[in-house]
Amino acid sequence: MSATRAPAPPYRQRAVDLVRTGRSVPTLLRHLAVAVAVALVVLLVSYQLDSYRNFQLATVAAYLCATAGLTILTGLCGQLSLGHGALMATGAYTVALCQTAFFDRGVTSGAVLLLSLVAAVAVTVTVGLVVGVAAARLRGPYLAGLTLAVAVVVPALTVTFDGIFNGEQGLPVPVAPAPAGLGLYFPHERWQLWMAAGATLLCLVVLANLVRSRYGRLFRAVRDDEVAARLAGIHVARTQVIAFVVSAAGAGLGGALLAVLAQSVSPGAFGLNLSLFLLMAVVIGGLGRLAGAVWGAFLLVVLPDLTHSLTNLFTLSPATAQRLEGNLPLAIFGATLIVVMIAAPGGVQGQLSRLTRALRALRPAGRS
Amino acid sequence: MTADLLTAEALASGYGPVPVLHGVDLRVPTGTITAVIGANGAGKTTLLRTLSGMLRPSAGRIMFDGQDLRGTPVEQLVRRGVAHVPEGRGVIGELTVAENLRLGALWRRDRRDAARALDEVYQLFEPLARRRRHLGHQLSGGERQMLALGRALVARPRLLLLDEPSLGLAPRVVAQTMALLRRLRDDTGLTVLLVEQNVRSALAVADQGIVMSLGRVVLAAPAERLRDDTDLRHAYLGF
Amino acid sequence: MDRFLFLTLDGLSRGAVYAAFALALVLIWRAGRIVNFAQGAMAVAAAYVAYSVTAATGSYWLGFAAALLAGLLLGAIVDIAVMRLVDHRSPLNPVIVALGLVLLIQALLGMVYGNEYLPAQAPMSRTALTVGDTALLSPYDLFVFATVGVVGAALVWIFTRTAIGLRMRAAAFAPEVSRLLGVNVGGMLTLGWALASGVGALAAMLVIPTELGLHPHAMDMVFVSAFTAAVLGGLDSPPGAVVGGLGVGLLLSYVSGYAGGDLIPLAVLALLLTVLLLRPGGLFATVTARRV
Repeated sequence: MSATRAPAPPYRQRAVDLVRTGRSVPTLLRHLAVAVAVALVVLLVSYQLDSYRNFQLATVAAYLCATAGLTILTGLCGQLSLGHGALMATGAYTVALCQTAFFDRGVTSGAVLLLSLVAAVAVTVTVGLVVGVAAARLRGPYLAGLTLAVAVVVPALTVTFDGIFNGEQGLPVPVAPAPAGLGLYFPHERWQLWMAAGATLLCLVVLANLVRSRYGRLFRAVRDDEVAARLAGIHVARTQVIAFVVSAAGAGLGGALLAVLAQSVSPGAFGLNLSLFLLMAVVIGGLGRLAGAVWGAFLLVVLPDLTHSLTNLFTLSPATAQRLEGNLPLAIFGATLIVVMIAAPGGVQGQLSRLTRALRALRPAGRS
Repeated sequence: MTADLLTAEALASGYGPVPVLHGVDLRVPTGTITAVIGANGAGKTTLLRTLSGMLRPSAGRIMFDGQDLRGTPVEQLVRRGVAHVPEGRGVIGELTVAENLRLGALWRRDRRDAARALDEVYQLFEPLARRRRHLGHQLSGGERQMLALGRALVARPRLLLLDEPSLGLAPRVVAQTMALLRRLRDDTGLTVLLVEQNVRSALAVADQGIVMSLGRVVLAAPAERLRDDTDLRHAYLGF
Repeated sequence: MDRFLFLTLDGLSRGAVYAAFALALVLIWRAGRIVNFAQGAMAVAAAYVAYSVTAATGSYWLGFAAALLAGLLLGAIVDIAVMRLVDHRSPLNPVIVALGLVLLIQALLGMVYGNEYLPAQAPMSRTALTVGDTALLSPYDLFVFATVGVVGAALVWIFTRTAIGLRMRAAAFAPEVSRLLGVNVGGMLTLGWALASGVGALAAMLVIPTELGLHPHAMDMVFVSAFTAAVLGGLDSPPGAVVGGLGVGLLLSYVSGYAGGDLIPLAVLALLLTVLLLRPGGLFATVTARRV
C-alpha cells in the first residue's frame, strides 16, 4: 500500500508547479497560443515539403484525432477500447454519405465539408454513446470483448447493408478542390494538410483543455480507484460514458478526415487491425499523455513507410515482396506493442519525461 | 536445550522501498514453542512471510537446520520441512476438505506415509472426517483452523509457522489449539514459531517469548519470565 | 419442421466448436484472470501447422495431431516468454499484450503463407445423412460432437480426478497458499495455458473446414462468438461455457437459416450487448458481481 505512495513527493511537487503555471496564464489561452504556434509551423513546413510528404503529414493529423481521443479514454479514464477503428469507420462513412448527398444535389461548395465533418462527429458521438452506456457497466475484459466485437462486426455491416454502403467496394468521397483564391497551381495535398491540421488542432485544444479541467481529474480519479472515486461522490458510470463519448468524437473526426484525404472509404481500411494500430500507437506513445498520442500518430504513418523502403532494399520475388509489405509493419507493430508493454509501460513520452526529470535533477537545485 | 532449528541474523525486509523489519535476530531451539508477540504493525506477519520466503530479505540471513534458506523458492520450503499456516489460515474455500488435505501431501514421494499422515489428521480432528466432502467455505472458524493445521501436519513438518492462530476464534477453540500445539511438541518433537496478538494464550503454551515493536526485536526471554515478571510485562507488554 | 430440425442439429454442431473455444477462454480466465484475446490467432497458427504437415505427409490425421501439439506448445511458450513478464497489476496490460500477439502472429502467418484463403479439407463427408426425406447430420458433424465430447470429458477428468488437476485448481484459487503447500504455481499456470491453447487449436481444426478456409483472420469471428458464449456462461464456469457455446451455435444457425448468413455478425453483437446489459455475470450468475 504505502509502497506505491513512496515516490509521491516529486510528483506532488510537479503537480503544484503545474497548478502554479496554470494560474499565471489561463489554460485555454495557453493552449490556444501553442495551437497557433503549431499552426504557423505547419504552414511554413507545408511550403517546404513535397506533395507526398504533405499528404503524409495530413494523414498524421487525421490519425492524431483518433489517438488523442483514445488516449483520453484508455490512458486517462482506464477503459480499453478495441472499437475505435469501427468508430473511425462510422465517421468516414458519414462523411462519404453526406458529401455524396450534397454533391448529388449540386451543392459543391467547399464549405459543405464543414457540415459533413460536424455530421460525422455527431453520428459517431451517438454511436459512441450507445457503446459507452453499455460499456460503462463493464470492466476489464468484458469491455475489451464488447469493443472487439464492435470492431469485428461493424466493417462486416457494410456488406450486410451493401445497398447503402456498397459492400467491399466502398463509397467515393467527393471533395471540393482548394479555393480558387489560392491560385490555379496550388497543390491539392497542401490544401489537404491545411484542412486536416486545422481540424486536428481545434480538436486537440478542446481535448487538452478537457484534460486540465474538472473532467480530467474525474477521469483520473475513476481510473486510479473506482471504489474510492465512488466513495468520493463521483458518478463513475457517467464519467466513463463521458470519456467514451469524448474519445468517440475524436475517432469520428479522425475517420472523417481520413476519408476526406483518401477521397474514398472501404471497409477494408477499418478492420480490427486499425483498432489494434490505434491502441498500439497510444500505448507506444505513452498511455495517458496527449503528447504520446502525437508520437503514436507519427508512428502509424512512418512505420509502414519505413518497412516499405526496407523491403525495397532487398531484391525479392514479387510474391514475397507483396507478402512482406503487407505484413511486416503489422509484425513490427505487434512486437513493439509487446516489448513496450513489458519493458517500458510508460511509452515514448514516459521515457522522455523520465529523462528530462533526471536531467533536471542533475542541475543544481538552486533555482527555486 | 538442543541446537537451534531456525535462526535469523540481522534480518531486514519490507514491501518495495518501505522497510518493515530492521535487523531482526532470533533463535528457535529444536522441539520448542516460540511465540512472537507485539502490537499491530510490529512486523510479526512480515517476519513470518520473510522466513518462509514469500518476501525476500534485503539483508541478513536465515538458517534452517544448518542450511541457508535464502534463495529457496517458497514452493520448495515445505519439502525442507517448514510448514507455514498463513494469516486467515488459507483454507481454499473452493476446494473440499478432502482436497485441501490432499493438497498438503501432494508433494510427498512416500505415498504410504502420506496416506498414514492423512489418517492421523482425520483421527486428530474428528469433525474434518465427518465433513470430508464439504467445501472449505462451508466450514466454521474452528473447523477451518483444524483444516489448516491438519493440512500443515500431513506434510510432517519439522517447523510449523503459525500466523495468528487465535484470530477470530472462540476462547475454548483457542485453548484447544494451544493444547494441541503443546501435545505435538511433546509427542512428536515438533518445533513451532507462532505469531500472536493474544499474548496470554500464546505465553501460556510457549517456551520462549519474543517481543517485537516497530520492526525490531526488543526482548527475547523464556516465556515463564514474561508471564511471571510483572515489571517485565509492564515494560514490554503493557499489562 | 424438417428445416428446423436440420438447423437445430447444424447449430449444435457449430455450437460444439464454440463451446470448445469458449472452454479454452474460460480455462485461462480461471487460471490467471486473463481473457486471452490472442486465442484466435494462436489457434489459427496451429491450424497452419496442420496444413503444412498434411501437405508434406498427405495425412490429415498427422496434421491434426501436429495442430494439437503445436497448440499445446504455443500456449506454454506464450505464457513463459510473454505473459509471465507482464506486470499484472493493471488488468489492461495483459489484454494489450495479447492484442500485440494477435498482430504479431497474424502478420507472421501472412508472411509465411500469404493472405489468401487456403483450402481446408474435412476428413470426412460434410453431406448430411438423410433419414427418410429429412436431412440430419453429416458424418463430419458426428466427428465434431465426438471430439468435443471426448475433450470435454478428458478436461473434467483431469481437473476433478487427478493430482495435477487439483494442483491447477488450487494454484488458480489461492496462488500464495498453494506455493506454501509446495505447488509450483507458475508451472501450473503454464500448463493451464498449454491446455487451453491446445483446446483452442482443436476448435480451429474443427471449424475451419466448415468456413471459407484457412486465413490468418479465419478465427476472428469465431473468437467473438466464443467470447459471447463464454460471457453467456459467466466466464468463470466451464459448464456455462459449454451451454453458452451450444446456445450461440443454435442462435447463429437459426439466424443464418431463416434470415440470411449476412446477419450473423450483427446477431452476435446484439446477443453480446444484450447479455452484457441485462446479465453481465452470465446466465448462471448466482451472486451479483463484486463491486469492491
